[in-house]
Amino acid sequence: MFAYIARRIVYVIPIVISVALVCFLLVHITPGDPLVAVLPADASQELAAQLRTAYGFDRPLPVQFGLWLWRALHGDLGSSIATGRPVLSEVLRAVGNTVTLAVAAALIGFTLGLMFGLIAGYFRDTWIDKVATSIAIAGVSVPHYWLGMVMVIIFSVQLNWLPAVGAGPGGSGSWGWDWEHMKYLILPAITTAVIPMGIITRTVRALTGDILSQDFVEALRAKGMRELDVFRHVIKNAAPTALAVMGLQLGYMLGGSILIETVFSWPGSGLLLNSAIFQRDLPLLQGTILVLALFFVTLNLLVDIAQAAIDPRIKRG
Amino acid sequence: MTVMSDTALQAAPATKARGYWATVGRRIARDKVSMVCAFVLVLIFASALLAPWLGLADPYQGSMIRRLRHIGTPNYPLGTDELGRDMLARLIYGGRLSLIIGILPVIFAFVIGTSLGLVAGYVGGRLNTAIMRTVDVFYAFPSVLLAIAISGALGAGIVNSIVSLTIVFVPQITRVAESVTTGVRNMDFVEAARASGAGPFTIMRVHMLGNVLGPIFVYATGLISVSMILAAGLSFLGLGTKPPEPEWGLMLNTLRTAIYINPWVAALPGVMIFAVSICFNLLSDGMRSAMDIRN
Repeated sequence: MFAYIARRIVYVIPIVISVALVCFLLVHITPGDPLVAVLPADASQELAAQLRTAYGFDRPLPVQFGLWLWRALHGDLGSSIATGRPVLSEVLRAVGNTVTLAVAAALIGFTLGLMFGLIAGYFRDTWIDKVATSIAIAGVSVPHYWLGMVMVIIFSVQLNWLPAVGAGPGGSGSWGWDWEHMKYLILPAITTAVIPMGIITRTVRALTGDILSQDFVEALRAKGMRELDVFRHVIKNAAPTALAVMGLQLGYMLGGSILIETVFSWPGSGLLLNSAIFQRDLPLLQGTILVLALFFVTLNLLVDIAQAAIDPRIKRG
Repeated sequence: MTVMSDTALQAAPATKARGYWATVGRRIARDKVSMVCAFVLVLIFASALLAPWLGLADPYQGSMIRRLRHIGTPNYPLGTDELGRDMLARLIYGGRLSLIIGILPVIFAFVIGTSLGLVAGYVGGRLNTAIMRTVDVFYAFPSVLLAIAISGALGAGIVNSIVSLTIVFVPQITRVAESVTTGVRNMDFVEAARASGAGPFTIMRVHMLGNVLGPIFVYATGLISVSMILAAGLSFLGLGTKPPEPEWGLMLNTLRTAIYINPWVAALPGVMIFAVSICFNLLSDGMRSAMDIRN
């Protein structure tokens, strides 16, 4: 097992460096001088030259990348142009809210997805299967930011049950686990859960169908095992793949939260990204994307290891 | 022989052995869901294409006195938007840009990704490693994040939005193309072509492309659904189309402020995105099961 983990970690290193390279290059594909965003419109030539040296923009690109990577490894992602605060602390504070939202959404989406998927796969080609697959296909096809708007229209505007935007009473940014705060979490969490719910339903349904058609299930039934115990075997065999898909979905929810967070003004990393883009705050944009991508890579690594832990066949592959 | 009934004429081709694609086509034509989806899509495409000749109101012409009319108002069957422009006209005209920015990235990615995957899968070795490891890097980003990162760095605009989504989809199609190609590469008929002196380019173009295109095409059709949602999403964030162009994502964005006054009109553009997206998804599913002859 340790050899497997070590091998996986070694595989990840070049990926991490490439991810950093992509994030670094993002600033350099922006049209115009990257300095424009930092510079006041009426800045003098000397000030421009000074800042260029200060930010290291006058050095060759590989040197700049090396220096940037070195600083990033030490937790220095530069400071936000808009607020002047260090990028890393801004990002980490926002990521906390995104994690809250993603975990809540995962609880809803994974539970429903596993349930629908298992039932649909088990009762294949019956009306139950048709209902579950229809829900799943709607889930993967719905523009989730629109669904968010519709939820707000129904539950906030029309029924006045739940707040439309924000993450707490009085626009407070600090999260608490009480009903006053939970009210704000419900709509964004349900909206975020819809896509993973659909994808997991579809995956688990296909998995269950495949497993049920295998010979060992026939053998279990032939030796007189009760259906409920057969079902347990099905779940055990579906678990590694289902786990991998769930890990990936959790990663997508963490990294792809910008649309939902914009709709609900949820103060997470997505909303931070949104403001970074529109204020042309390039260090903040770069830092947020780097942190989110590294989150995603780490999560994938953990899923790989967890998968190998529950399914010994993977380690040998 | 001159008196041949209609039924005899129709029955004649059935005796001929049907090819693979003819069988697939017939299976799709029999699938009700796929046919309904194809019909809805044709309707949306045709109305977008023929919009100027449908006798619609001017989608750019607003009026301050008739803003945010409700659905079902006389002369405005789907109401008016926040600037008093006819929603029906804007939704139909909106199809033009929305479909272009949603579908073009997949077409570009299909061409680029299929070529890359085919070469990687057929040539193998170091070239395969180089192409596939580069693809892996893009897999280290959630696709929404990658699209936002590229389009956020490039700045707002239709071209930038198409470029960023193309970059998001190329790695996905390359992976599918590579795995399909690797599966076909060692089959006997490829070996036979090689033995009879065909060069690698001829083998890829003549013998392999036809065998790998099917699955890649089905995958790409499903991607259109994702692409429609993301393209409209970029516009929704303000990274795609600019006002006053009618485009579904942008319309959703500008109508967001109206949800307290006229909520259902504000939600309309999303219905269009949803419809196109779900139809492409169902069509892709239909094609996949039609091509799976084992069933």
